[in-house]
Amino acid sequence: MSYLPDRALDHLRDVAEAPDFSATRYRVEEEIGRGGMGTVYRAWDTQLERRVALKVLNAADRVNQEAILLAQLEHPGIAPIYDAGTLPDGRAYCAMRLIQGRRLDEFLRDEPALPARLRLFQKICEAVAFAHNRGVIHCDLKPQNIMVGEFGEVFVVDWGVARTEDSAPALSAGTPPYMAPEQSGAGAQTVDTRADIFALGQILRELMPDPPPRPLAAIARKASAADPRDRFSSAQQLAADVGRFLDGLPVSSYRDTMPERLARFCRQNQVLLLLLGAYLAVKLSLYFLAPALK
Amino acid sequence: MNKPMVGVVAGAVLGIVDGATAWFTPAVRSQIMTILMGSCVKGMVVGIICGLIARKVHSTAVGLLAGSIFGLLFAYLVALMPQPDGSHYYLQIMLPGFVLGALIGFLTQRMGAAPRAA
Repeated sequence: MSYLPDRALDHLRDVAEAPDFSATRYRVEEEIGRGGMGTVYRAWDTQLERRVALKVLNAADRVNQEAILLAQLEHPGIAPIYDAGTLPDGRAYCAMRLIQGRRLDEFLRDEPALPARLRLFQKICEAVAFAHNRGVIHCDLKPQNIMVGEFGEVFVVDWGVARTEDSAPALSAGTPPYMAPEQSGAGAQTVDTRADIFALGQILRELMPDPPPRPLAAIARKASAADPRDRFSSAQQLAADVGRFLDGLPVSSYRDTMPERLARFCRQNQVLLLLLGAYLAVKLSLYFLAPALK
Repeated sequence: MNKPMVGVVAGAVLGIVDGATAWFTPAVRSQIMTILMGSCVKGMVVGIICGLIARKVHSTAVGLLAGSIFGLLFAYLVALMPQPDGSHYYLQIMLPGFVLGALIGFLTQRMGAAPRAA
């Protein structure tokens, strides 16, 4: 009796799992991602002649729910959904915009400067804030679910475990360490938009240099506080605090020490202080040189 | 407050402060009120010019340049006026006037509301 090698078994499994899109307008080109919830393929839309991302999940209702949620979220930072349907084998699929870019974790390997990283982070917050305003919680924010486009545009993707604020609590979903404490176990009952704030705080930690600037570390600490009540109440507030840090202004999460306040004032008023210093120097020089000038 | 008004206020305040320093020069202490008035008016004129420029051009460098040029020009005009003994205080008036002009030009760029675009 001979056994099939592992590679052959994997191939057979792949063939068996390969979705049958022959009855649809899509032609699958290659698999571009695989996760616990399903598989994403790059495909060609024969009708509109464009490339799309096709997401196929085993749980039909799950994909349908994701498609309905995504259809409500029209925002530049959220990949739009084009189409949704069911395959002959019963699996559901949805066609979305194919993002040409890199995942955030890959993008960060190029070590862009901190201001550029933080501006990206603000864009992520804006997209998440938009979803929250529509009553949608992502529940699985992490660098792997954020795409950075070729021109610095940001897309929050994979809304597979997203839920609306008023929907029944789902089973604990998310990815440690981006998963808020209340998302696991019985705490899932109380999950609200602040669970995404927690994940944003964890993402912010990954954007910070080592050692991080103290105000920025305080922002991340507040965002990912264990108790949801201690976090920012909205993604806009979090983005605004990061914006204040970028502008060299005091942030709400950190109380400056007196030397830090003084240093900030001097940094922000360099020209003014220089001119006042020059005026003082001129006056003192003229005062002490007065006898010689007569 | 619009930019010309910022210029007028900044010019007046800085002009008075600058004029008040004449008190430390015993030779001109007796004319302190005249100096205060002259310095205040000079500051206000430089301020309004810088404010009008700041309405049109939003640039710190331009504000500094315009302020220092007009500050120097008006300080020169003031310094042209001779003292009772016939002497002139060119350096003592023009040097601080130059720096104060730059300061006024800077303030008009940084402060005050710019007019809304039509």
